[in-house]
Amino acid sequence: MNKIKSIQIKDKVKELFLKANYHINQDLMKLLQQAQKKETSPIGKYVLNMIIENNKIASREEVPICQDTGLAVVFVEIGQEVHLIGGDFAKAINQGVKEAYKEGYLRKSVVDDPVFERKNTKTNTPAIIYTDIVPGDKIKLLVMPKGFGSENMSAIAMLKPADGPEGIVNFVVETVKKAGPNPCPPTIIGVGVGGTADRAMVIAEKAIARKMGEHNKHEKYTAMEKETLEKINNLGIGPAGLGGNITSLAVHIDYLPTL
Amino acid sequence: MKNIIKITPPLNIKEIVNFRAGDFVNITGNIYAARDAAHKRFFELIEKGKKLPIDLEGQIIFYAGPTPVKPGYPCGSVGPTTSYRMDPYTPSLLERGLKGMIGKGLRSKEVIDSMKKNKVIYFAIVGGAAALIARSVKRSEVIAYEDLGAEAIYKFYVEDFPAIVAIDSAGNNLYETEPPKYRK
Repeated sequence: MNKIKSIQIKDKVKELFLKANYHINQDLMKLLQQAQKKETSPIGKYVLNMIIENNKIASREEVPICQDTGLAVVFVEIGQEVHLIGGDFAKAINQGVKEAYKEGYLRKSVVDDPVFERKNTKTNTPAIIYTDIVPGDKIKLLVMPKGFGSENMSAIAMLKPADGPEGIVNFVVETVKKAGPNPCPPTIIGVGVGGTADRAMVIAEKAIARKMGEHNKHEKYTAMEKETLEKINNLGIGPAGLGGNITSLAVHIDYLPTL
Repeated sequence: MKNIIKITPPLNIKEIVNFRAGDFVNITGNIYAARDAAHKRFFELIEKGKKLPIDLEGQIIFYAGPTPVKPGYPCGSVGPTTSYRMDPYTPSLLERGLKGMIGKGLRSKEVIDSMKKNKVIYFAIVGGAAALIARSVKRSEVIAYEDLGAEAIYKFYVEDFPAIVAIDSAGNNLYETEPPKYRK
């Protein structure tokens, strides 16, 4: 039995939210630089150049990459041999979020009820927390400061088996087309197929965080990812939606058994 | 890359009509940051025939809610929010003399019609470049609705703030004219 204190979780969550808001991974930076070379639109090149410069400044000075520092989403994998001690688990996560957003000069955007008062909670909490119990004696944390320019462009379709891969590809491409410039292209597209409506959305969200350049292990899904990306980039939306060959940098599809 | 045109608010109609969608501009002077919640309050004041906290005549509003200011900096990271959130309130602000808007993304037909009628420019800036954009903000202060936090109205003094004319006062729209050139 591995004992893990809630304060360790709090500290790690805080550290990860600061890191996620200031730094982008090198794999993503590489994709952006390749895209900048490939883009033929002069405005598109200018936009990508600004994004690359922006990421360098944010990282060097430890300031937020984007003013929308997001709703805090946390995926937790808890090893079944872990014994959590020293306090409430969800409270520890929320405390980590609260400290990161306060001490890291991140924007606190969460409102308590979505429709009526829309009163800011002033702490950017509560976080959205997903937990999975897995074998082992470790805890794995994945954090996502989810900006709402992209979140608001989410979509779900209930397709029939007869719709086949074309049905899925077409729905994703149409969704990106409809979103146009709103989610700040170039985007990374997360797609979840199968399971139930709610589970499909969760795996789609988690798929965004897959390492850039990696494909689904199933070759037919890999082919679908490549085809979808090509069709999206043929839309011409381009960086910032101002025209170009690069609308998305990657499409990540994950699937679950279903009926 | 085309020449960059320097502009200084307040804008007048004579200069506004010369701008064309696709022009690159650098803005120097005071601009105001406001988002949905502040727009809603503006709209309600206009409906009631009351005075607004800022005089909109010739001014530019930047759709943005910055991050808190890190010590040693004049302003937090600040980039555009999605403009359609402001669409329901926009025509009534344009009737009140607002001449420029800075944001990202599409606008409604009502907004574009009102832009043509009132001679207004819609500038796009790059979403996802907030740390870079913040470098052109030299001074920032909250001037109204402090209770709204990040959604308060800020007055920014900007120097060489980089923007692109996305929709001009004749209704030419870069979001409609550019993507088809790259469609396959």
